[in-house]
Amino acid sequence: MTIAALFFYLYAAVACASAFMVIAARNPVHSVLFLILTFVSAAALFVLLGAEFLAMILVVVYVGAVAVLFLFVVMMLDVDFAELRQGFLQYLPVGALVGVIFLVELVLVLGTWAVAPEAMRAIQAPIPPLDQVSNTQAIGRVLYTTYVHYFQLAGVVLLVAMIGAIVLTLRHKENVKRQDVGRQIARTRAMSVELKKVEPGQGI
Amino acid sequence: MMEFFWSTIWPVIIIAVQSVVLLVALLLFIAFILLADRKIWAAVQMRRGPNVVGPFGLLQSFADFLKFMVKEPVIPAGANKGVFLLAPLVTSILALAAWAVIPLNLGWAVADINVGVLYIFAISSLGVYGIIMAGWASNSKYPFLAALRSAAQMVSYEVSIGFVIITVLLCAGSLNLTKIVEAQAGPWGFLQWYWLPLLPMFVIFFVSALAETNRPPFDLIEAESELVAGFAVEYSSTAFLLFFLGEYVAIMTMCAMATILFLGGWLPPFPVPPFTWVPGVVWFVAKLSFMFFLFSMAKAIVPRYRYDQLMRLGWKVFLPASLAMVAIVAAVLQFTGLAPK
Repeated sequence: MTIAALFFYLYAAVACASAFMVIAARNPVHSVLFLILTFVSAAALFVLLGAEFLAMILVVVYVGAVAVLFLFVVMMLDVDFAELRQGFLQYLPVGALVGVIFLVELVLVLGTWAVAPEAMRAIQAPIPPLDQVSNTQAIGRVLYTTYVHYFQLAGVVLLVAMIGAIVLTLRHKENVKRQDVGRQIARTRAMSVELKKVEPGQGI
Repeated sequence: MMEFFWSTIWPVIIIAVQSVVLLVALLLFIAFILLADRKIWAAVQMRRGPNVVGPFGLLQSFADFLKFMVKEPVIPAGANKGVFLLAPLVTSILALAAWAVIPLNLGWAVADINVGVLYIFAISSLGVYGIIMAGWASNSKYPFLAALRSAAQMVSYEVSIGFVIITVLLCAGSLNLTKIVEAQAGPWGFLQWYWLPLLPMFVIFFVSALAETNRPPFDLIEAESELVAGFAVEYSSTAFLLFFLGEYVAIMTMCAMATILFLGGWLPPFPVPPFTWVPGVVWFVAKLSFMFFLFSMAKAIVPRYRYDQLMRLGWKVFLPASLAMVAIVAAVLQFTGLAPK
């Protein structure tokens, strides 16, 4: 128990510190790397809670895929660090305004918070012992029965987003040389090579 | 006080000792696997390969190790020093971390966790960070191009590896590596391992594993004819050694995954006495070596892919094929009543 508590404080401290560094770091690539550290620490906290499936999914999806694409984009930014440092205070009013609006919204939401009666019942429901139902099974049982419609709705939203991204970026330009693998493989010797008999001193 | 020691400190000591034993055995194995890789490559090209250090060149890897250790580490002036030095550490530590859950025999895993497959999948998907960080921190053109290539390549092939893993999970009914191996046991021996019923997925897994570990024919991130040495251009001495080590440990992890998911882990090929007397770990290492031999032969025989071919194979061939196989396998299991309870 003491070791678990020790690790909890370790990962919680690392998560908070690296979350702070995400906004404090000057270099955007460092920011993304700290963001990754935050994700990994959060995954470790999930493991400590006994939710190992969520932890692994967090690492696979966020760290393994989403953050790679973040890093991919941020790496290619052409950032001028000297300019970045100059205009820091200039954006302070706008940033402060956004922060204040967000804070007011949060206070309004939390002030009118009401807990659904079903949620209390769900919390008080008996938890089956870990050796009978692992949490992977437990999530699967809830996700594909009670919440199957939400699950499918989430799938549809993702599908629409994917199609939207493809529609926005796919342009068939004329005069651009494209690789057509079918045609490349179907090419025969007769189509591409011709044997010429060249007389000496004549040229072709 | 003694109770605290036995309940809290003692398990930590046991885990530490197990980890060190596994680490030493793995690194020794990899020293000879490296040599085998070069020997097989040489044999295919009718050369002799390394044959000077020790009998038959057996000590070549140790000589290389010493050479890397005593060379001078060079850090380029324009490099981002912290990230530059962190990158090789990330590569090698993540690669080694995956071995914590791999069962070499029944009960021979340092951590036999419930979500073992997902853990390995997660760790191997993090391997790309070492390369991206190295490419960016080197502040140099070739490493940067390699970093861009590797980011796209490794994300692409993870998708198909994920689907392959899902089909195996559907058949085995567990995310635990030990249970996946046990699900393949039966009177038919090696015909019952998943390589035969899921043969298309085994092929997809093998090719995706080559791409995921940046092995030839998909070693576009260090293609010497285009990018000199890719992400490793600016690295020397110990930092390069760590990259090299991480790469081979990742390859062994993929071989171990193939062994566990498709070749029945530590199970003997025939479940009858002369074969069942052999300890399981021997079968495991034999299957691991066989998988590595396939990796090595692919390196020696197949020419390097072009980048657009690589992307086409990942997204237009493997992704639809593996997605279709997930649906087919799930349907077959459901309607024939073979699905695990």
